[in-house]
Amino acid sequence: MEHSIEYLEKQFQDRIDRGENIEAKDWMPEKYRKTHIRQISQHAHSEIVGMLPEGNWISRAPSLRRKVALLAKVQDEAGHGLYLYSAAETLGISRDELFHQLHTGKAKYSSIFNYPAVSWADMGAIGWLVDGAAIINQVMLTRTSYGPYARAMVRICKEESFHQRQGYEIMITLCNGTEEQKEMAQDALNRWWWPSLMMFGPTDAESTHTEQSMKWKIKRKTNDELRQQFIDITIPQAEFLGLTVPDPDLKWNEERGHYDFGEIDWTEFWQVVKGYGPCNKERLKARNKAWDEGAWVREAALAYAEKQSAKKIISKAV
Amino acid sequence: MKNEWPLYEVFIRSKNGLEHRHVGSLHASDAEMAIENARDVYTRRQEGVSIWVVPSSEITASNPENFGELFEPAEDKVYRHPTFYDLPHELKHI
Repeated sequence: MEHSIEYLEKQFQDRIDRGENIEAKDWMPEKYRKTHIRQISQHAHSEIVGMLPEGNWISRAPSLRRKVALLAKVQDEAGHGLYLYSAAETLGISRDELFHQLHTGKAKYSSIFNYPAVSWADMGAIGWLVDGAAIINQVMLTRTSYGPYARAMVRICKEESFHQRQGYEIMITLCNGTEEQKEMAQDALNRWWWPSLMMFGPTDAESTHTEQSMKWKIKRKTNDELRQQFIDITIPQAEFLGLTVPDPDLKWNEERGHYDFGEIDWTEFWQVVKGYGPCNKERLKARNKAWDEGAWVREAALAYAEKQSAKKIISKAV
Repeated sequence: MKNEWPLYEVFIRSKNGLEHRHVGSLHASDAEMAIENARDVYTRRQEGVSIWVVPSSEITASNPENFGELFEPAEDKVYRHPTFYDLPHELKHI
């Protein structure tokens, strides 16, 4: 029996409201599918591009302990990208198309990775702040309505906690070190603080996707709620390090039970989103280079596999 | 696009005594590479002792639209559950 779109959409919303998960083969509104492809692939691209600023520091890590940790973290990010690409593919888009969207600049990734990592202290600040902000968002997403996305998030969250802890450990070590090392840590906090707050996206008033995403339980909290949660958690951690958060308006608001904070520079945010951040070009160039230079490997592996399977067929026939 | 490596579904046995469980999927040029990739992608923290990989194209799945005819018949067969049967409370070990 054929049902009208309105009927199917109503049934779909009822399922979401009852707290049911949606699985790959279930009927879903076209916009739900598209929103998910956009969001999951942006998330996957962020993991993959996110390897670049840190990968650059693996060979420069100050000790073997730091080196194995950073290497493991970057490898996790590759893994997280792969979990997410697989989840996006369940919605009927191919991996090649997803890569194509990234490489041509059609798809976005988190703007934070368009900032350069210029000192070793940045490895600390990225783990502590960038992964910290990502965790807040990702913990929420473990309860998102689309099953394959939620399951990928559970796996990612289990692995991500070490990323933040290794970052904070770097910060502690620097802050307990020489005057210059502490200055490096402060400088990294100064540069990464505001971009980390921007990771939660535009304010609720400006966010075009939030309302529908909340209705479909893609998101369970708004950008502003998540940002406030991050600030409230992070300020005591900065105080523990003896570092100063670069925001003169930051102060505890007893009445609200939250920290008040200064105005975010949204002009900068939109500049970076639109492709004019310090490293946008460099990041895309690195991704395209890796993809293009790996083409012969992908082709050779496929040719080998075809040859092997042809051999098997022949040997069976004989 | 024609040059894409085929997709494999990955199943991991977390320890002997437990079943293999679906964990996700990945692309590989052949089954052998799929196992090697699955090792790197899904067992970086000793999550498994055994891996199965199956070409996704080989899986036949039931259609959610057929939920009713497939699964609803079981709904009214409560007599398949032990609690359906009224026995005196003083009775033990049954």
